[in-house]
Amino acid sequence: MTQLRAERVTHYFGGLCAVSDFNLELERGALMGIIGPNGAGKTTVFNIITGVYRATEGSIYFDGDEIIGKTPDRIVAMGISRTFQNIRLFNELSVLDNIRIAHYAGSRYNPFEALLRIGRYKAEERRIREHSYELLALFNMDVLASTTARNLPYGQQRRLEIVRALATGPSLLLLDEPAAGMNPREVDQLTDFIRWIRRTFNLTIILIEHQMRLAMAVCERLMVLDFGAVIAEGPPKVIQTHPLVLEAYLGEKVPV
Amino acid sequence: MDEPREGKLRWMPAVFLAAGLAVSFAIPQYNLLNQYVQLIIMYAGINIILALSLNLINGYMGEFSVGHAGFMSVGAYIASFLTVRIFPPGAETLLFPVAVTAGGIGAALLGLVVAIPSFRTRGDYLAIVTLAFVMIVKSALENIDAVGGARGFLGMNKMTTLPWVFLWTVLTVWIIRNFIYSNYGRGVLSIREDEIASSLMSVNTRQVKLLTFTVSAFFAGVAGALFAHVLQFINPRMFDIIKSTDMLVMVYLGGVGSIAGSILGASVFTILLEVLRPLEAWRMVLMPLVLVLLMLFRPRGIMGLREMALFVPSSDKSNSAGKVKQA
Repeated sequence: MTQLRAERVTHYFGGLCAVSDFNLELERGALMGIIGPNGAGKTTVFNIITGVYRATEGSIYFDGDEIIGKTPDRIVAMGISRTFQNIRLFNELSVLDNIRIAHYAGSRYNPFEALLRIGRYKAEERRIREHSYELLALFNMDVLASTTARNLPYGQQRRLEIVRALATGPSLLLLDEPAAGMNPREVDQLTDFIRWIRRTFNLTIILIEHQMRLAMAVCERLMVLDFGAVIAEGPPKVIQTHPLVLEAYLGEKVPV
Repeated sequence: MDEPREGKLRWMPAVFLAAGLAVSFAIPQYNLLNQYVQLIIMYAGINIILALSLNLINGYMGEFSVGHAGFMSVGAYIASFLTVRIFPPGAETLLFPVAVTAGGIGAALLGLVVAIPSFRTRGDYLAIVTLAFVMIVKSALENIDAVGGARGFLGMNKMTTLPWVFLWTVLTVWIIRNFIYSNYGRGVLSIREDEIASSLMSVNTRQVKLLTFTVSAFFAGVAGALFAHVLQFINPRMFDIIKSTDMLVMVYLGGVGSIAGSILGASVFTILLEVLRPLEAWRMVLMPLVLVLLMLFRPRGIMGLREMALFVPSSDKSNSAGKVKQA
């Protein structure tokens, strides 16, 4: 069953065409990778799907509903969540608060109940708190609940971003360069980790990756972007030897 | 991690409230303090309400509003107009809380209007918008003859008393604390930290901004209503940008993003202004100098981003809008 469908999505920054004629058909439960050189438009695709940018042309359907034109918070509430290439945690807040904030759309009390601490306020706050602790415990981070996010080591910050994204209750998770800044051993662990969260949370995952190593190991299907256009698509084995991909990554073959 | 507190501590707020109320009744009744000191205490209370109100936007949300004098004046004028012109003579003392609330609601409605530009602009740009707002409110009031125009409005009885100031101050602290330690309050903090990430983590940033401006403006209006009924005379010039600047000084002196800081900042500011009165003109040199030094050595204020345990709900002790400094 198709969960995400993009049709002829095109996006311009002024005169620069960042994404051109992007089409995608993604099955529920798939694990797909988007690779490509720097500036190829990978993150722009994520920003369009999550509503940060409004695509110049084209449509995107999530579970059959058009999402272009919706605000980011509405799109998250529909079940699309993401992480960021350069970590964007709420730095001055505690680990627990970082997770609780991701429960905003899911909470069921109104401002009056909050201001006067009446009605559903207490029960809902308890539920949000317990759910946050459960999630943190699942990732062995519950002991860090009251630590300020900025004081976490780099690896833990990356992990917290993923936990925070999961706290919104997504069915589609977008990971933007999760291996950035990791050494080869950590990258191998990340491969298992990504497979594990897909299984545990029943997710569809799109992964942007710069490092071929991770993308090749974990993704079932790869899409290669260059200058905003899809130049190749298929299983990792095919992509690895695709002439256009080699050209994009290594440059044109010069006749000797 | 959870709520049940030890039996003794649980009654602390109620005891504090009763004791405070009793003292605030006793002081004027038995003349325990002279009139001048009583007046200073009332101004301190009103300033605490103003500082808390402004801190919500400038401290917790990380925006920059200089528009609070405008909200304050709207509250002051609405409440005064009600007590002097609308309410039946004799009943106005009884209806005073209604007048104060109405002043707050009037200001809150204007808060909604000011919140809308905040959807698109931040920082300096929003500051300019709120600056314009103060000017608009001031010149509008100067041209409404029904409230005396530029001459001002008078005829209010001195209905703001110590117990009223105490009650409204406690109510403000309680409601703003509840707001901060709720989903909406955490939304406010996340906007300060990273607005894009906030909306991508499902926070409806427009809803949060509307709500924050409404709550903030409401209490600025309440403070205005109380202020008008201490002074018994108001005119539009009292509520110009200088008044907003005073509030900024209180917030940045006491500490951004902190209830304890707002209370401290407002109290120190009010008292300092009186203590330094003998210096006359030099007072206006010394106060800004304090501010310059503060920005150099403690840019977030004395209590910046820290909170006293007293103002953190028991269900939220382990972590919060910053680190909890045990009091």
